[in-house]
Amino acid sequence: MKQTVELKSEYAPEASIHFKQKIVHFLFKYGTVLVIALLVLFFSITNEQFLTYSNFTDILRSISIVTLVAIGVTFTLIVGGFDLSVGSTVSLATIGASAALVWYRQELLVALLIPIVLGLLVGLVNSLIVVKIKIPDLLGTLAVMYIVNGVQLTYTKGFSIYNNMPMADGGTAPGVFIPSFLFIGQGELFSIPFPAILMVLFVIIAHLFLTYTKAGRLFYVTGANREAARLSGVPVERYRMYAYVLSGLFASIAGIVLASRIGTGQISAGAPLLMDGVAAALIGYSVLGQGKPNVIGTFFGAILIGILLNGLTMMNVPYYAQDIVKGTILVAALAFTFYQKKAADFKI
Amino acid sequence: MCQLFMKNISKSFDDVSVLKSVSFSVKAGEVHALLGVNGAGKSTLMKILAGDYQKDDGTIEISGKEVSLESPLDAKRHGIGVVVQEVDTALFPTLTVAENLAIDTYTSTGFKMSRVSWQSIKKQAKEILNDMNIELEVNKPVAQCSLSEKQMILIARAVAGNVRYLILDEPTAPLSEKETNTLFEIIKKLRDKGVGIIYISHRMPEIKKISDRFTVMRDGKLIITEKTETASTEQIIQQMLGKSLQQTERKRKVTSTNTLFEVKDITIPDTGKSISLTVQEGEIVGVAGLVGAGKSETARALFGAGEAKGSWFINGKRKKITSPYHALKQGLCLVPEERRKEGILTEHSVAHNLSLPSLQSFTRFGWLQLKKEAEYANRKIDELGVVTSSSTRLLKYLSGGNQQKVSIGKWISPDRNVYLFDEPTKGIDVKAKKEIFQLIQSLAEQGKGILYFTSELEELLHIADRILVMYDGEFTASFTGAEATHEKIMQVATGGMLSETNG
Repeated sequence: MKQTVELKSEYAPEASIHFKQKIVHFLFKYGTVLVIALLVLFFSITNEQFLTYSNFTDILRSISIVTLVAIGVTFTLIVGGFDLSVGSTVSLATIGASAALVWYRQELLVALLIPIVLGLLVGLVNSLIVVKIKIPDLLGTLAVMYIVNGVQLTYTKGFSIYNNMPMADGGTAPGVFIPSFLFIGQGELFSIPFPAILMVLFVIIAHLFLTYTKAGRLFYVTGANREAARLSGVPVERYRMYAYVLSGLFASIAGIVLASRIGTGQISAGAPLLMDGVAAALIGYSVLGQGKPNVIGTFFGAILIGILLNGLTMMNVPYYAQDIVKGTILVAALAFTFYQKKAADFKI
Repeated sequence: MCQLFMKNISKSFDDVSVLKSVSFSVKAGEVHALLGVNGAGKSTLMKILAGDYQKDDGTIEISGKEVSLESPLDAKRHGIGVVVQEVDTALFPTLTVAENLAIDTYTSTGFKMSRVSWQSIKKQAKEILNDMNIELEVNKPVAQCSLSEKQMILIARAVAGNVRYLILDEPTAPLSEKETNTLFEIIKKLRDKGVGIIYISHRMPEIKKISDRFTVMRDGKLIITEKTETASTEQIIQQMLGKSLQQTERKRKVTSTNTLFEVKDITIPDTGKSISLTVQEGEIVGVAGLVGAGKSETARALFGAGEAKGSWFINGKRKKITSPYHALKQGLCLVPEERRKEGILTEHSVAHNLSLPSLQSFTRFGWLQLKKEAEYANRKIDELGVVTSSSTRLLKYLSGGNQQKVSIGKWISPDRNVYLFDEPTKGIDVKAKKEIFQLIQSLAEQGKGILYFTSELEELLHIADRILVMYDGEFTASFTGAEATHEKIMQVATGGMLSETNG
């Protein structure tokens, strides 16, 4: 054993180590993208329906909502926080929009403003609890998650909201989901699903904001070392507050798209989005070797999850088993990120 | 003979020799003070005795028999107890006083599903505390205890474990005078019971009061061991400092008489004391004080980071400073002691770190002008002499000295007038130290006001125009650069009085 090692080192000492390092480096950087490419290849071969236009738009529609939630989660992760309440906020926004349309016959503007205001309010409550009262983020937002979930259930008395639903007074609901509202989740522009356009737009805006604006820089600085940032004159509490408010805002936008896509105000519809959103944002750490929360990575994370779920469904893998795959992918992505971090720290 | 004897102990870290054949002994029933300035090797010697570090060479004997102390548990088995300076690191805050006192019985029996008898734990705890005349409710969670009570618990725990030799590391630093007296009563009682006590402190009056013998260490060597009553405070200080000191002449003189920065009656919550001070334009004011004197707390409070109350004046005008954000707006800046934890962002690039406090000047309508930022960073890197392959390199890959240059350099700008430096030379090499001194001096020449907090007294003699000495959170003396000597400062910094003080 020892001999072979010596022989090897005699022949190509530098080159072989160099080559190995290069491969590892390549994997750290492009591993996630590579996995996405391999998944597409695999599903295309095993299932001829996979690589069709209609399936492609399906995937885009399904990941658009996850991505919107995940962008919000990314903001809280960037400032070193965490927001567990996004799923409930999506549900609340869905119910808010649906109630405005169906129960109160409101027009588009109101049906959009109500969920957005609700989302911003949840964000403010979160920042009050986490930033001002200083309850640890996981615990504080967990409590808010329950409260918000309870609020939307109480308001609807546990029933979903749909067109022509019977009301308590014996009649039917006065309003309906109007076409302009339904366009947000179901419409197409130039044969591209509108929610996908919305998603790409927000990804680009958030990315530009975080990379090229002063506020974006201060978000990252706050998360990197809160005390150092504070002593450098950064109003860190304010930026942490902004992050939670933005998280609530994106969750409410996701809620609007969700309500519009399914055309009903389903109670607790946002609950599964919490885990998918968080997973997308965490997978995003590993994209292009960033090693930190970033919106482009989050987008790729959502794509990875979306393709995986779509492909597995086509292969008739039951939905309950899909969680196992999701969890495994998450561990792998996180391992890439944190193992790389450790390796880099040891280098010098 | 009943004593603990450390014989010819040597220890090196990475080729740097920190202990050079030190022989040190403690007799049963004596209080032995261990003295020395920062870096003299006291802590390393005590860590070897406590089983934290392993000696490279030498032997340790207890009552004539050689013992090996490979781990803290070994030390405990041989009756060596430690009361660390940071008491919170050794206690379990959510458990009660009684449980904290009994913790050793859990660790010494291994993993067994033995029944815990609450009654006997409480009874034993009461007995231990009664024995030592400590009044403390045993059902109280440790989190609700005061600092001095926590210290008492640690001592009591050591005593309960049949300690024969007890190390007390700066035990009085957080204590009030009354609490200190209580502690001394307990120390005397232990001594009379035959416990050998090693007492580490910087406070000279206490040493004179409590110790029987003292040992002075300097540069990893044992200088002298003597009876305390035969030595004067001046002699002890002289031994701690050595003779090699020369006073460097200050070349620059302060010419301006404009008061740039003044604070009046600032009450600092962390120390519970209030202070006032002034800094002239172009003046370097040194704040000297030993570890634990409250320098960092004061520096942070002046910068608005410590929730202090009082009045700030800049150029004679009263300003409101309630946070670092406000302090920065008024032209104040702080280079904190804990560089990696508080001063810099290790996971960000050199450029990001340098531009952070001035980010507004690289921003147009909220958008960063990255090109302008990069140019600024490269200019700064040249000016400061930061050694780095590029401005985009992450700061964690730079050496300590270069990190510190960034930590200071990021503040240098015409808009900032008052610079607070907290131990700026900590952990950096001689060359970087020299460059940082030059940087600070050039700031003063530009008319900036400098406050330089340090426990490295030589640095102050080298650089300061005026030196304020801090002891226990308060300024107890003031010297001009010309009249200050190492001995005078040390005497005041260790709690002594000076006849010719002009504070």
